[in-house]
Amino acid sequence: MRELLYNPVLIKELKLRFRSVKSSLGLTFYLLAMSIFVFGMIFLATNMTGSGFFRPDESYFMFIVLTYIQLALILFITPGLTAGTISTEREKQTLTILLTTSQRSWQIIIGKLAASIAFLLLMLVSGLPIYSLVFLFGGVSPGQLAVIFLFFLLTVVAIGSLGIMYSTVTKKTIVSMIATYGSMLFLTGVTAFFFVLAIQSGFTSAVQSPSLFAHFWASINPPMMIFSFVSPEGSQFLTQITQVNFPGWIIYVGFYLLIIFVSLLIAIKKLRVNMGKMR
Amino acid sequence: MIEITGLTRKYGNFYALNDLNLSIKEGVVFGFVGANGAGKSTTFSILATLLQPTKGDALINGKSVRNEPHEVRKQIGYMPDFFGVYDQLKADEYLDFYGASYGIPAKEREKLIPELLELVNLTHKRYEYVDLLSRGMKQRLCLARALIHNPSVLILDEPASGLDPRARVEMRDILKQLKSMGKTILISSHILPELAEMCDEIGVIDGGQLVAHGSVAEIHEQLQNERPVSVHLLGDLTGFVSFIEEQPFVSNVTVDERRSLVKFSYRGSDEEQMALLKTAILKDLPIITFSQAETDLEDVFMEITKGVEMK
Repeated sequence: MRELLYNPVLIKELKLRFRSVKSSLGLTFYLLAMSIFVFGMIFLATNMTGSGFFRPDESYFMFIVLTYIQLALILFITPGLTAGTISTEREKQTLTILLTTSQRSWQIIIGKLAASIAFLLLMLVSGLPIYSLVFLFGGVSPGQLAVIFLFFLLTVVAIGSLGIMYSTVTKKTIVSMIATYGSMLFLTGVTAFFFVLAIQSGFTSAVQSPSLFAHFWASINPPMMIFSFVSPEGSQFLTQITQVNFPGWIIYVGFYLLIIFVSLLIAIKKLRVNMGKMR
Repeated sequence: MIEITGLTRKYGNFYALNDLNLSIKEGVVFGFVGANGAGKSTTFSILATLLQPTKGDALINGKSVRNEPHEVRKQIGYMPDFFGVYDQLKADEYLDFYGASYGIPAKEREKLIPELLELVNLTHKRYEYVDLLSRGMKQRLCLARALIHNPSVLILDEPASGLDPRARVEMRDILKQLKSMGKTILISSHILPELAEMCDEIGVIDGGQLVAHGSVAEIHEQLQNERPVSVHLLGDLTGFVSFIEEQPFVSNVTVDERRSLVKFSYRGSDEEQMALLKTAILKDLPIITFSQAETDLEDVFMEITKGVEMK
């Protein structure tokens, strides 16, 4: 239990990450970009249109755009933060010493993952006050915001796990980066393409039947799932087009939990690869 | 106490380590000597649980590196030949991280860290960033790191490599101190005379095999049947060279005309060597001096490893 609660790798990684100038600069620019967008939009809606007020539907639109911006940020930053965690240690020749300590492989991997995610969470949480401005103008419920944050958390952990797995199995950080960004591209782009293909093939057949594949591809695609979370029409649209009446979020949660489990398992098994069964 | 039995590591058809058998008693400083690629680092990696042996096993204080690696890690302090340090971590934080990695409570670490820094003469660098330390200081800090959990066995892979003479001497002094603390130390080095001074026992490894093992004196003895002899002559050397080349037990005859020296290896007994000298004098060969050169550890190493290469 003590091992679970106290992780030296996590403490060390957090210390190193938050000492780095790059981290505080990254955080500053992120908040700056968010602020420019939110305040710029409010300014446009109130002053430029001459109406002098901000309507709830405009607030809701801002919420959707902000959610997509944050999703893009997560998809872009997570691989960068996680794909080098183990391979960098290998390149810097610090891994050998770390592996001879009495820390278990899972402790090292979980510590690395938690430290990377902690930074991303800090980014998301630090953006929360800006995000919450939408509440001032109505149109969005706190429950929606909570669901979106849980969705972000799951996505971050899954992509982070993939990054750590690639970082463990590849020797070079650059290869690991390419593989992680490639996987992310698959999850956001290729799945959308497969969804379109599956729908197309459904339309061309004489009898329209439920398209399970289309439903699956749409359900594991983060941007499409966000759409179903932020608007009730989103999930209805998916049910209508695929004719499958099964909540997409269950597939999403199941699939991404599977990614997390498999990736972390491989990373833990492969960390002390030269030791075979000896861990 | 270290017991190595039939330790083998294969990469394809290449044997990096071939059937290594070795027993090292508690408190012994054991020097591992070998050329690059001889198998020293492979042995150390296996003992440090970084590499799985293809065959065989090693027991460290009764714990098997094959079956109980987690337990072995608690028994050993390992210092690799090449290692990196974390940027933006101070010397005390560096030690604190590894102390925590071995499960040492925070309060105990607070007491331990100044003691270890004092042991390796780095007290004044306690709050310096590790990556800004000199090579020698990093090596000493890494040694302190290897000692943080008070291991009974230290595995030090070339701890003095790349250090300037002063840093070497400092490192040697620290190792002597550790020896006096009763630690079992396995140390590899290319600097053979240094090992001879520090080590109780020496193992010479070549081509993945242990080719000689024993105290420095015992290894010297192994070469006693082939003594290097040096003869200083006056004037023409050809007469002596043709005489010596005809003698039994003589090999490796080399001539240094500038210094009027003839060197050769002699495998005969003391009596036979005395008879050889007597015959040469009776033949009126112009000998000024006839002496047996002292073999140092470098010669021993060269001689032993040459034998293996020829096999």
